[in-house]
Amino acid sequence: MTALVLVEVENGAVRQASRSAVAAASRFGAVDAIVFGAGAEAAAALPGVTRLLSVPGLVNDLAEPAADLLAARAKDYSHIVAAASATGKNILPRLAGLLDVQPIPDVVEIKDADTFVRPIYAGNALATVRSADSIKVLTVRGSNFDPVAAEGGSATVETIEAPASGKSVFVKVELSASDRPELESARVVISGGKGLKDAANFKLLEPIANKLNAAIGASRAAVDSGFAPNEMQVGQTGKIVAPELYIAVGLSGAIQHLAGMKDSRVIVAINTDPEAPIFKVADYGIVGDLFEVLPTLEKAL
Amino acid sequence: MTMKVLVPVKRVVDYNVKVRVAADGSGVETQGVKMSMNPFDEIAVEEAVRLREKGAAKEVVVVTVGAQVAQDVLRTAMAMGADRAILVRTDDTLEPRAVANVLKAIATREEAGLICMGKQAIDDDMNATGQILAAKLGWPQGTFASAVTIADGRIEVSREIDGGTEVVSLTLPAVVTADLRLNEPRYASLPNIMKARKKPLETVEIDSLGVDTASRLTVVSVAEPLERKEGVKVNSAAELVEKLKTEAKVI
Ligand SMILES: Cc1cc2nc3c(=O)[nH]c(=O)nc-3n(C[C@H](O)[C@H](O)[C@H](O)COP(=O)(O)OP(=O)(O)OC[C@H]3O[C@@H](n4cnc5c(N)ncnc54)[C@H](O)[C@@H]3O)c2cc1C
Ligand SMILES: Nc1ncnc2c1ncn2[C@@H]1O[C@H](COP(=O)(O)O)[C@@H](O)[C@H]1O
Repeated sequence: MTALVLVEVENGAVRQASRSAVAAASRFGAVDAIVFGAGAEAAAALPGVTRLLSVPGLVNDLAEPAADLLAARAKDYSHIVAAASATGKNILPRLAGLLDVQPIPDVVEIKDADTFVRPIYAGNALATVRSADSIKVLTVRGSNFDPVAAEGGSATVETIEAPASGKSVFVKVELSASDRPELESARVVISGGKGLKDAANFKLLEPIANKLNAAIGASRAAVDSGFAPNEMQVGQTGKIVAPELYIAVGLSGAIQHLAGMKDSRVIVAINTDPEAPIFKVADYGIVGDLFEVLPTLEKAL
Repeated sequence: MTMKVLVPVKRVVDYNVKVRVAADGSGVETQGVKMSMNPFDEIAVEEAVRLREKGAAKEVVVVTVGAQVAQDVLRTAMAMGADRAILVRTDDTLEPRAVANVLKAIATREEAGLICMGKQAIDDDMNATGQILAAKLGWPQGTFASAVTIADGRIEVSREIDGGTEVVSLTLPAVVTADLRLNEPRYASLPNIMKARKKPLETVEIDSLGVDTASRLTVVSVAEPLERKEGVKVNSAAELVEKLKTEAKVI
């Protein structure tokens, strides 16, 4: 059996979530990888990848040509795998539609080549499902599979012509620039909620993040109130994180937020309300006003 | 504009309910649990109604694939402003692939010009039906939409992606899946709830569509995730830092 992994390359480096996808796919047998746009060199260096399909002409990850191209190659593979990222979740279900198979999203555990565990109901239940499809199309959660190293492999590279996109056209992308570690791969994450009250106060998280080399996250309420951009949202419908340390500041811990962070190793909560649900999952809690606690925390670090 | 917008909506366990896994591990307890329209589908209904109000669409048709009781979410959608509704009746729980087959048949029959739907059902958390449907129809897709504009036979969709926001332009017909920030759905007013009772609701037996609704996944078991133990309260930031260093050894 050979698996094909859709690998995402950003600024010349393979995303950690994609390296986790390669690690997961290697459980099925040999691994080929495919990269859209630039980045063939980085992807070919991933340990365990035998063959790399490079599609330099397909630059913006448009789902329509990407899924067409994957469908044309699919018969060579038992599994087609991607990270459960925005790109993976856009392209792979479309591919599944073209192949007429049922995709298996957000896999957190591989039991065997046909059997997978995935969370349902915002992570309040874990379903073990067995697929009867001859080609399995799945996305995997990076936080559940240790990534392969970034270097050490030497895949052969086959360059492929990009198919025409036709019905969809890329217009533009606005990426927020940040020197901080990526949310999904940071060792420490500090997240703020509605309790921070406004966008100016949200910046109070920065000095602590600097000291801990942490990524900054946010609750949905914080994003909706304009304290932080949408890509910072942690939760059922935002990013799924499982850092060594997660610090939740002024956020209540709604089911949908917990879905994105409750697998963190150590959780700290700072909240004025001793009944806030976030304390139910926190290893260490401070019941107190964040505007008093944050400055003293910064000093103590 | 003569465009018809089709909005698929699903009846799911209300988002405020913390579900319990059934004792026999076959699924989750739904007996006596509050059910509602999937929150992302409310956003999709709202967007479709706004498009009609702006004159970019002529009619908003909502459709659900489910049991007789799923009528209630269709009535809610009509109270929010949808013009009419279709219940594709089945007592089975269908996978996204099967739902997409049903929706393709309905979209074709209705000659829909746009399908606006939720990005994700909060019960199965699949985030797949829209993409599968778009593939099966051969239409372009704009997933995880935070803004849409229709002009000159195309739809421009702002999409929430991992690093920020991306904009794509699609030919119509197309499939758009709604993310949380596309809009804030209106509440149905009492007079509108009354009016919705008189709006047309058609029932279609699923077998009459002649589409493949088989499941490809077998649920082997459903289990409770590991519960975290509630930890301790500390009195000061200094004590916290001390514990993180010596006890948790995480900093
Ligand atoms: C379909 C759907 C999907 C969703 N997806 C997500 C998701 O992915 N991520 C997500 O986060 N949410 C999500 N939500 C929203 C979620 O239900 C909650 O509404 C949201 O998480 C609440 O954010 P919050 O905790 O910041 O705000 P609140 O619930 O308002 O909590 C604010 C907290 O701050 C505390 N506080 C106030 N002042 C202070 C102070 N001075 N010092 C210390 N503490 C203070 C309060 O005690 C309170 O606990 C989703 C909802 C739906 C319906
Ligand atoms: N049974 C159903 N009936 C109508 N629409 C559905 C059904 N299941 C899923 N959908 C639509 O597909 C979207 C994505 O669902 P899913 O792929 O299951 O996460 C939902 O938000 C609905 O718009």
